[in-house]
Amino acid sequence: MTEAINPLAIANPKMSARDVKVFYGAKQAIKGVSIDVDMDHVTAFIGPSGCGKSTFLRTLNRMNDTVASARVEGMITLDGEDIYSPSMDVVQLRARVGMVFQKPNPFPKSIYENIAYGPRIHGLAHAKADLDVVVEKSLRRAGLWEEVKDRLHDSGTALSGGQQQRLCIGRAIAVEPEVILMDEPCSALDPIATAKIEELIHELRGRYAIVIVTHNMQQAARVSQRTAFFHLGDLVEYGVTSDIFTNPTQERTKDYITGRYG
Amino acid sequence: MTGPALFLLLAGLGAIAWVSARARALRLQTVARATGRRDAVHSLPGYHGWYVALWTLAPAILFLTVWANIAPGLVTQAVLADPAAQSLPMDDFSRSAILGEARSIATGAQAGAFNPLAQGLVEPYRAAINKYGVAGAVLAIVLAFAGGAYAFTRVRPDFRARTRVERLVMATLLVASLLAIVTTVGIVASLLWESFRFFSMVNPLDFLFGTKWSPQSAAMGYGNEDAFGAVPLFWGTIFIGAIIAMVVAIPLGLMSAIYLTQYAKPVVRKWMKPTLEMLAGVPTVVYGYFAALTIAPALRDFAVMIGIHGASSESALAAGLVMGVMIIPFVSSMADDSIAAVPQSMRDGSLAMGATTSETIRKVLIPAALPGVVGGVLLAVSRAIGETMIVVMAAGLAANLTLNPFASVTTVTTQIVQLLTGDQEFDSAKTLAAFALGLVLFVVTLLLNIVALRVVKKYREAYE
Repeated sequence: MTEAINPLAIANPKMSARDVKVFYGAKQAIKGVSIDVDMDHVTAFIGPSGCGKSTFLRTLNRMNDTVASARVEGMITLDGEDIYSPSMDVVQLRARVGMVFQKPNPFPKSIYENIAYGPRIHGLAHAKADLDVVVEKSLRRAGLWEEVKDRLHDSGTALSGGQQQRLCIGRAIAVEPEVILMDEPCSALDPIATAKIEELIHELRGRYAIVIVTHNMQQAARVSQRTAFFHLGDLVEYGVTSDIFTNPTQERTKDYITGRYG
Repeated sequence: MTGPALFLLLAGLGAIAWVSARARALRLQTVARATGRRDAVHSLPGYHGWYVALWTLAPAILFLTVWANIAPGLVTQAVLADPAAQSLPMDDFSRSAILGEARSIATGAQAGAFNPLAQGLVEPYRAAINKYGVAGAVLAIVLAFAGGAYAFTRVRPDFRARTRVERLVMATLLVASLLAIVTTVGIVASLLWESFRFFSMVNPLDFLFGTKWSPQSAAMGYGNEDAFGAVPLFWGTIFIGAIIAMVVAIPLGLMSAIYLTQYAKPVVRKWMKPTLEMLAGVPTVVYGYFAALTIAPALRDFAVMIGIHGASSESALAAGLVMGVMIIPFVSSMADDSIAAVPQSMRDGSLAMGATTSETIRKVLIPAALPGVVGGVLLAVSRAIGETMIVVMAAGLAANLTLNPFASVTTVTTQIVQLLTGDQEFDSAKTLAAFALGLVLFVVTLLLNIVALRVVKKYREAYE
């Protein structure tokens, strides 16, 4: 894909990808994607299953490193710094670019310990009092504080699915990331829990650059201001969300939006 | 008729039954199908074949099994009724020796007789064996025909042969599984019975809490008091199996499991894991002489060099170290399983927070896998305290109650071996003590296994 169909290439992007290709062994999953992501908008990646949107998301904080057969080509920068350069410390990268997964995955520890995990390993808070502050702040931002403040030492896995997912968002927030990647964060949740997460995304917007992968086109329309449509490893179209949904320029986007396939 | 010939004949009958019943079912079903009703035909012809074949073979074989057990008695009776048997001596011992000799000659296992009396009994024996052999064979064949004929008449298109055959298969499987259980029950019963006899001679409290173990002195007539205090044995067992061996096996097993699940490249894991598991396949007697001949002398020399008193060439440390190595694959594979059972999402969650691999292992994987690891360790302990060969060869026989790992100690299993090797009288406390020790060992390992399996099961459920 070229810059030509990337009308949102902005002067000072938070993250930008240039001609990124991802291979799993011999199979190419991403075929040269270039995209810019900025601080002020929520960016949604949509597309049919297997189109590479989750794979691409995982290149943004190098979670693909954990897959032995995965290989990434091209350049991805965070504040202009190449995140695949040898001088980039992947631990620091992931502290700056947090991630929320498809299925809520709280650690089998207390709610408090789940949130305190990140700040502890990054040395952000040492004294108990500091840690208490971080935990409360993160849980408040994740919209979970009121529900759990009286049982912080209960197990995180005992919460409901929606609460668990907000706990995971709180856990990501606790290390003060700059970007939050969300990989279909609502696909395992019921509609009410989904609505809460979407509301939370609205509140977090502006403070963090948010990229969300979703299967649900209504959700993309509701929570994002920028939408990228992926198909078969290509970035087909990237634009303002309302444009993509009402006036797509590409035939494939139009077919997908109108439910022709997917 | 000889045994093999009879079995071939029966097998042939079974095969004929199978073929003919199948053919008959096929023919009848073809006719029945022509009526067009779907329920006119029930089982496939092959099931009818099996049904009739089983009816042919099962009664005959059951009969032969029973016959093989009662026929020798009948033969002996027949021989004793013979006039030639009147001159047999009356005492049981020489009587059965002569009968045995006559039987050996009659069956051709022995060429000539030492005792002239036996020579006279050979002919009656031969006749009786022949008579009952033929009778058994004839009865078996009659039964085979009767069973086969009965079943053959039941072959009809709508006869539910499949249900019957499958019920029999199920029953066979049930019997197979019951056999293991019955054996276990039998073993426990014999342990309990012999232990009961032991405890009627020796006070259980003296046995469980006494600190002096010298069964030999009891056997030599110095009395049973103060001779069967098993505490030094229990201590030796725990010292070697649960302490020294675990100090070796837990860290090494855990670390190798962590390396294999978290760090090793797939190709490394592919050859390292089987190699490690091969350790579990080494016969324990090999570990035993490795411990006794290589490790123990080296340890003794080392202990003498650094000036430790009481260093023995058979030491708790030598046996424990080698046993620990033997247990490593056990701990490692249990830990491997439980770490691998922690969902990948948990690992991803931690890595995505910017945790390093080692932080993820220490703070997320190990705590989450802990119950499984604990279960594995308990199983390993139960295995270690029941282990015999290594301690027999390397731990020694002196029932010392000591904390010195370089000293010789003895274990429950070693003593059982000692008490039961050689000529035994099964009415002395010395011999029966082995059963009491076995009972204690059995109860302890059983409890360990139950607890371990519960822990492991509970933990597996947590992630499913």
